Amino acid sequence: MADQAQPRPLPDPVTSREWLQTMMLIRRFEERAGEMYAKAKVGGFLHLAIGEEAAIVGCARALRDDDYLISTYRSHGHALVRGSNPDAVMAELFGREGGLCRGRGGSMHMFDLANRFMGGYGIVGGNLPIAAGFGLASDYLGTDDATLCTFGDGAINQGTFGETMNLAALWKLPVVFLVTNNQFGMGTALERHSANTDLQERGQSFGVPGMRCDGMDVVDTYEVCREALETARTERQPVLVEAITYRFRGHSMADPEEYRTKDQVEEWRKRDPIITFAERLREADIIGEGDAEQMDADAVKVVDDAVAFADASPFPALESLYDDIYVLGDQLKGWYSVDERGAGVQKGEDIGA
Amino acid sequence: MTDGVTTKRYREALNDALREEMLRDETVMLMGEDIGVFNGAFKVTNGLLKEFGEKRVRDTPISENTIVGMGVGAAMTGLRPVVELMTINFSLLAMDQIVNHAAAIHYMFGGQVKVPLVVRMPQGAGHQLGPTHSHSWEALYLHAPGLLVATPSTAADAKGLLKSAIRDDNPVIFIEHEYLYGQRGEVPDDPEFTVDFGHAAIRREGTDVTIVGISRMAITAERAAETLSTEHDISAEVIDPRTLRPLDLDTILDSVRKTNRCIIVEEGWPHGGVGANLAALIQEQAFDWLDAPIGRVTGADVPMPYSKPLEQAAFPHEPQVVEAVRHLF
Ligand SMILES: Cc1ncc(C[n+]2csc(CCOP(=O)(O)OP(=O)(O)O)c2C)c(N)n1
Repeated sequence: MADQAQPRPLPDPVTSREWLQTMMLIRRFEERAGEMYAKAKVGGFLHLAIGEEAAIVGCARALRDDDYLISTYRSHGHALVRGSNPDAVMAELFGREGGLCRGRGGSMHMFDLANRFMGGYGIVGGNLPIAAGFGLASDYLGTDDATLCTFGDGAINQGTFGETMNLAALWKLPVVFLVTNNQFGMGTALERHSANTDLQERGQSFGVPGMRCDGMDVVDTYEVCREALETARTERQPVLVEAITYRFRGHSMADPEEYRTKDQVEEWRKRDPIITFAERLREADIIGEGDAEQMDADAVKVVDDAVAFADASPFPALESLYDDIYVLGDQLKGWYSVDERGAGVQKGEDIGA
Repeated sequence: MTDGVTTKRYREALNDALREEMLRDETVMLMGEDIGVFNGAFKVTNGLLKEFGEKRVRDTPISENTIVGMGVGAAMTGLRPVVELMTINFSLLAMDQIVNHAAAIHYMFGGQVKVPLVVRMPQGAGHQLGPTHSHSWEALYLHAPGLLVATPSTAADAKGLLKSAIRDDNPVIFIEHEYLYGQRGEVPDDPEFTVDFGHAAIRREGTDVTIVGISRMAITAERAAETLSTEHDISAEVIDPRTLRPLDLDTILDSVRKTNRCIIVEEGWPHGGVGANLAALIQEQAFDWLDAPIGRVTGADVPMPYSKPLEQAAFPHEPQVVEAVRHLF
């Protein structure tokens, strides 16, 4: 982690502006998603990553296009940063056919193969072994691809964490594990769920060295993740990175937040990753008078369009309920699924011999 | 002894059961994710940390297999742990401790040691939580010998069965329902009120068809029976088994012998479901009394989709039960 007094140098102006723009897009997208939830356009659980934008953009920008990014149920931002169409992300939240996953997965289960965003997963700790599996395939197939796996501080206590660290180290897999330490697993504060709160240290005994970055600083997150990815890719050495951050909103939309004080939230809000980065860019003359406002207006426009698209996209047809349970092929010409309510042809019986 | 009743929500009835059993027996203790400071993801443990303190109400890390396993160990050595899993979907992470350990230990160690553990958790679809958070797993736990399985559908049963579960010396899988938490029902005030395992409830008497409803589907079945009576002149008897192990098969068989028709309604999947099992048992023992094939209304045979219309189509509602019953005549 860089010294607070000595921030890391900014990247070139074009890159700097793109990072700011993307963080703004994620922020505006999340805010609007919350509003759409309040209007019942979005159902289920909605976990917003407001406050965590630097951790998201910093790590993702350290990836190559062919690298894999895998995340949790708090993953709208990860999809967006990887290049998923905001229209399709919003339509997924709306449960529409035009959604990233045709409305099947919803907020917690985003996925965009084309952009190598390998998914959001609803089971805490479930994505860690899968990430190591991506690393295994990259290694096996001899590609140069690396994987970056994000998960929360709460997830570090799942058995999958230790098991995955060990195997990733043992088999020398090109994976960076990024624990997004936002200080809470739901309503349980870090020091109430972990005996050792130095999370970046938690991989060491398994052979996974740790690094830490300031998850409120997009540049620091980028630099640390870049270095970690380099190590993973070239030395075949998995690395655990801890990003120190904070979620400004509740765990999900239904969270009375009785487990933390307003003062604590306000304290962290002073380090808002977007405001502080915009400030730096202004000081460095990378953005001028009115630029940030314009970028923000652009982000709002993208989100407006996404909502309009999502609203216009149809709900999936009821006949499509049984689509995609299996990959249909030679072994699946026969009956495979029970539709108790349909007297007609069963799914699987209707495809040609 | 008091014989009054008070109208309570299902979640309050569960809370009462926990509190009363903790007051009654100091070896009863609670473990689970966010059950203390957060008061429970569904507020079932509301206020218990405050009342009983951190020794007896323990917030745990997100480590399902290990917290259930610690429940097993503590149960073997003198405690009566009640482990809350946030939802039944996460119990799949604890399957090893539940099936390989909790269920087997009394048997494989020749009856030397008991595992008086309760694992409680809600199930159920309808909240658009998608394929990792919406399934119903009673059939899975019913499958494993050594486990008792309760599926309360009313506030009174929630309380009475939970108290019995905590007092029982076997590991109990206690399956609540997300939709039912806010539902109200009359609950006896008597602190000694319990509901025995293995006693089905006849929710409504009838003569033409037996509808067996599991978990929330007992409520759906009752509504369907009302419609069948008012709109189709069919008199349905509705049975809620309340516990799947032990199962009060006699009550179900007596009913089927009277009505000669049977429909089983469950939210889980059809393959290897509770209904598949019950249908086998009924036809083995009451084949000669059946005038129609045993019918099932189940959740659709798909991972639960997020999108609202798809999700609504993927678990049973009253019209499908009505339709399935009419089909038998
Ligand atoms: C196996 C499992 N257990 C419990 C849950 C319920 N749950 C969802 S998110 C969460 C907290 C996770 O905290 P953390 O890993 O720190 O990530 P954050 O939500 O802060 O991003 C819990 C307990 C779950 N989804 N999966």
